[in-house]
Amino acid sequence: MPLHYGSQLEEHHKVRTDAGMFDVSHMLAVDINGEAARSFLRHLVANNIDKLTQPGKALYTCMLNPEGGVIDDLIIYFLDETHFRMVVNAGTAEGDMEWILAQRDAMARGLEIVPRRDLAMIAVQGPDARAKVWRVIEGSQAVTENLKLFQAVLFDKYFIARTGYTGEDGFEIMLPSVDAADFWNALHAAGVAPAGLGARDTLRLEAGMNLYGQDMDQNTSPLESGLGWTVDMKTDRDFIGRKALMEAPVKRQLMGLILLDRGVLRSHQKVAMSPGKGGEEGEITSGGFSPTLDKSIALARLPLETAAGDEVHVIVRDKMLRAKVVKYPFVRNGKVLV
Amino acid sequence: MSIPNNLKYTKSHEWVRLEDDGTATIGITQHAQELLGDMVFVETPDTGRKLQQGEECAVVESVKAAADVYAPIAGEVIGANPDLEAAPEKINQDAYAAWLFKLKPVNIADLNNLLDAVAYQKLLESEH
Repeated sequence: MPLHYGSQLEEHHKVRTDAGMFDVSHMLAVDINGEAARSFLRHLVANNIDKLTQPGKALYTCMLNPEGGVIDDLIIYFLDETHFRMVVNAGTAEGDMEWILAQRDAMARGLEIVPRRDLAMIAVQGPDARAKVWRVIEGSQAVTENLKLFQAVLFDKYFIARTGYTGEDGFEIMLPSVDAADFWNALHAAGVAPAGLGARDTLRLEAGMNLYGQDMDQNTSPLESGLGWTVDMKTDRDFIGRKALMEAPVKRQLMGLILLDRGVLRSHQKVAMSPGKGGEEGEITSGGFSPTLDKSIALARLPLETAAGDEVHVIVRDKMLRAKVVKYPFVRNGKVLV
Repeated sequence: MSIPNNLKYTKSHEWVRLEDDGTATIGITQHAQELLGDMVFVETPDTGRKLQQGEECAVVESVKAAADVYAPIAGEVIGANPDLEAAPEKINQDAYAAWLFKLKPVNIADLNNLLDAVAYQKLLESEH
């Protein structure tokens, strides 16, 4: 996927107001097949796979290391009791596979783990995305119209999921790689605009969605990365990383920032806290320009004492720029929330 | 891509135009704006600031990245483009019209050390 096809800003606005598409085939689908699939996933990931009771439902979760750091964030689809499908990040796919296979060998030898490099994935996102997909895949409207968010269905050669990474409605569609170019061209002819990695980043940032490697990684706790809602500790389920999470005190939190002065927030910029709000410095994990707000916004890891409404200073080159702490997401379904 | 003949260029992709009154107008090239993409923020040097040749003196930020702008020649800043604060996208629309700042050069002869349009074209070709 290129950074942009034309103007990154236009690609961004197209997704917020109409429909855009991303070729996310670099992400890897991994099928987990076998009787022990559910019990294996119950142990492997931090969210509770038992939340998935209805075939087609999806779960967003982190996969943790024993130290409680995030190996990757992923989506798991429940197809049936002997078939689950994960979708993992591209940059981490190789390490994920090694880790998953090692866990499989240790606890569920009979389980089949199949990386699906034969599949392409195209995300079609925006308020008009679903209607445009329906025009392209004949007969798909009837089977996907009633899909709820985070639900998927297999239709013909297409795996159609109502998921995404933009804060807009739409589908993520897996299909055989050999058919991907034709499908892409048909979507384009139906008025779906190609969008690149740049727009994907500004859209997900506005939607307050984490990016692996920036907002969390092997050395950060999901509880300090805005991902506490994905870690299920309500039951006594024993999952990898649980013990470490329970023992480590949570000192920081991920919060949103809106820049009040002129400039652009970027990742790794330091945040100076106001007096009485924790002496420790904070750090921006993801920052950029929000095309929807026409302002710079960021996700930042800040001391736990920080609250929405606080004013902080971000160190940008030789200047201290004022920023307001907010709860994110910034934008959902085309609407500004902050 | 046309590279205006009446300008001088730097290896770091600034352009300079010598005005009739002996001042120099500075901006970033079409090639630079293409690399950076949609501009969202421009920070220009304060009037009165004295710049050495090659000194970091302005910042242009696009949705993608921040880039430093270097003084092509030594001189004193005598003004900045007031339009860019509200409309940084003017650089994307016409990089050779959307100037960043003006200098009173210390020595106009310094311009002779910069690239002309032919040499800048060659530089771009060698970078591809």
